[in-house]
Amino acid sequence: MHYFSGNEAAAEGALSAGCRFYGGYPITPSSELMERMAARLREVGGVFIQMEDEIGSISAVLGASWAGRKAMTATSGPGFSLMQEAIGYAAFTETPCVIVDVQRAGPCTGQATRVGSGDLMQAKWGSHGDYQVIALSPWSVQEMYDFTLRAFNLSERFRVPTFVMAEEAVGHLRENMSVPAEVEVWDRKKKKGAAPFGTEEEDGVPPMPAFGEGERLAVTGSTHDDFGYRKTDDGKVHARLVERINAKILKNRNTIVETESYFLEDSDIGILAYGFTARSSLYAVKSLRKEGMKVGMLRLKTIWPFPVDAIRSAAQRWKKIVVPEMNQGQIAGEVRKACLCDVFPVMQTDGEIIHPEKIIGEMKRLA
Amino acid sequence: MVRALEQYLRPGVKGTPFCPGCGHGILMNHILRAIDELKMDMTRMVFVSGIGCAAWIPSPHFDGDTLHTLHGRALAFATGTKLSNPDLCVVVVSGDGDLSSIGGNHLIHAARRNIDLKVICANNMVYGMTGGQVASTTPRGAKTATTGEGNPYRPFDLCKLVEAAGAGYVARFAVTQPMALINAVKKALQHEGFSFIEALSPCPTQYGRRNRQDRPEDMIQDLIRRCILEEEAEGLTEEERAEKIITGEFLS
Repeated sequence: MHYFSGNEAAAEGALSAGCRFYGGYPITPSSELMERMAARLREVGGVFIQMEDEIGSISAVLGASWAGRKAMTATSGPGFSLMQEAIGYAAFTETPCVIVDVQRAGPCTGQATRVGSGDLMQAKWGSHGDYQVIALSPWSVQEMYDFTLRAFNLSERFRVPTFVMAEEAVGHLRENMSVPAEVEVWDRKKKKGAAPFGTEEEDGVPPMPAFGEGERLAVTGSTHDDFGYRKTDDGKVHARLVERINAKILKNRNTIVETESYFLEDSDIGILAYGFTARSSLYAVKSLRKEGMKVGMLRLKTIWPFPVDAIRSAAQRWKKIVVPEMNQGQIAGEVRKACLCDVFPVMQTDGEIIHPEKIIGEMKRLA
Repeated sequence: MVRALEQYLRPGVKGTPFCPGCGHGILMNHILRAIDELKMDMTRMVFVSGIGCAAWIPSPHFDGDTLHTLHGRALAFATGTKLSNPDLCVVVVSGDGDLSSIGGNHLIHAARRNIDLKVICANNMVYGMTGGQVASTTPRGAKTATTGEGNPYRPFDLCKLVEAAGAGYVARFAVTQPMALINAVKKALQHEGFSFIEALSPCPTQYGRRNRQDRPEDMIQDLIRRCILEEEAEGLTEEERAEKIITGEFLS
């Protein structure tokens, strides 16, 4: 058992996954993660560098990833914004990387020390063009460890930028957590001489060699063919590449997406929650059930790709869905797109966590 | 001899993508000659570039590992690569706009860290690929697509900039000084620490035609006339000096 903060736990999760490169830039409320990585990477023979800004950080991470290391950075809203161009690069060149975004109250500099959950749409749509990412949403210190580890596994397996969309409250929360004696670790697949940017394999993920292995890699963020040759004036090559980097995530969504349900069986009204707000939500569900209300709850552990199937299936029992979140209804809008239920957002953007009483009040109003 | 350097080019990539009269093809030749003379193993070399005409010098032409990155970020990518695998020889080839304007912050910080990167900055004093807009290296008074009345601002002295920031090897030569430039590239490749070469390269398409150097050879002649060594500059008046471009090894 350890008594870690969420930020420290995320660092340990990364190390368990085999992360051996960290490039970062200080930003509240994520900095403790970087400080722990600075100390711990030295112990395990990894590389740490504090870069000059956030786009430099993510760029160094991508350079490290092509040199064969599992690499990550952590940041918060403004830094995440500054990284977006390079996130598009990572998606298009299929470069594994993990970003822990410890979200604070935005927009802009906003409330640097306070909690928010306003970066979820940016995580999906922040860079230009059509691409997919994976984004996970932890609700506890244990999940900061588990999900950061899982983020590396997914990123390596699918060669896609993967985000842990933490919130300030879980980053700074201290809880007991355990580090398993053995963990499942995925590494990027390698195949000598194979095309690094195209594949006929079922999963749509090509093998990825590293620099210095004699493969004479050509990596470019311009439109490229299966071997990395620039083909910017070939519409067919471009379309095929864009379609594959989207399809490889969407067709593997059943492997990627995880949700958790509570009291679903007999429920006729539901709460859909994620991240730290799911803690308040579960408290609300339990107290409402004591009063006889048939409330169920679905918790999204994965935000992107969006858990459409799990939401549709839960929504079959529900006439109304309440979606409490620390933003102006970012996920509520996605839920509306996914199902035909009446969706009632509980929005809060004051830099505080959502109190269970607020959710309970909304549920009673709707009942 | 002409085809001797083909062994360093990626199979299937023929010719260069550069405009007639561009100096980047000559610079490409100089870099490969230095590599050839040092008998370097291309499979242990990584060529990192940003965005712009000069970024296409190594990518995808050079038959080692090439990493064609984002505009301005080549040095940050290269930093991650070099730290992750210090056995690799990491060479950054990019343009003046890429390295010193949008990427200026990464340039001074990479120099400050004195990280072992070999940086070859092809300086054509203009944004070539996007149509000839003013750059942070455009001489004062020069006409560009965005300074029709002449550039009102003074340019960076890139060599002084990186030297002040902490680089270990610093040189400036034009593509019209082939032996000196090849020699500088060789020295940079052998130097341990941050090394920086400013390679002056003519851009007749975007720069020359707006500045009374209509034909490619006008720009070549101009570079030959203006580029002098530091010691040659000693006896000149202030006025004569301003006309010249001082080249040489400033730090080795």
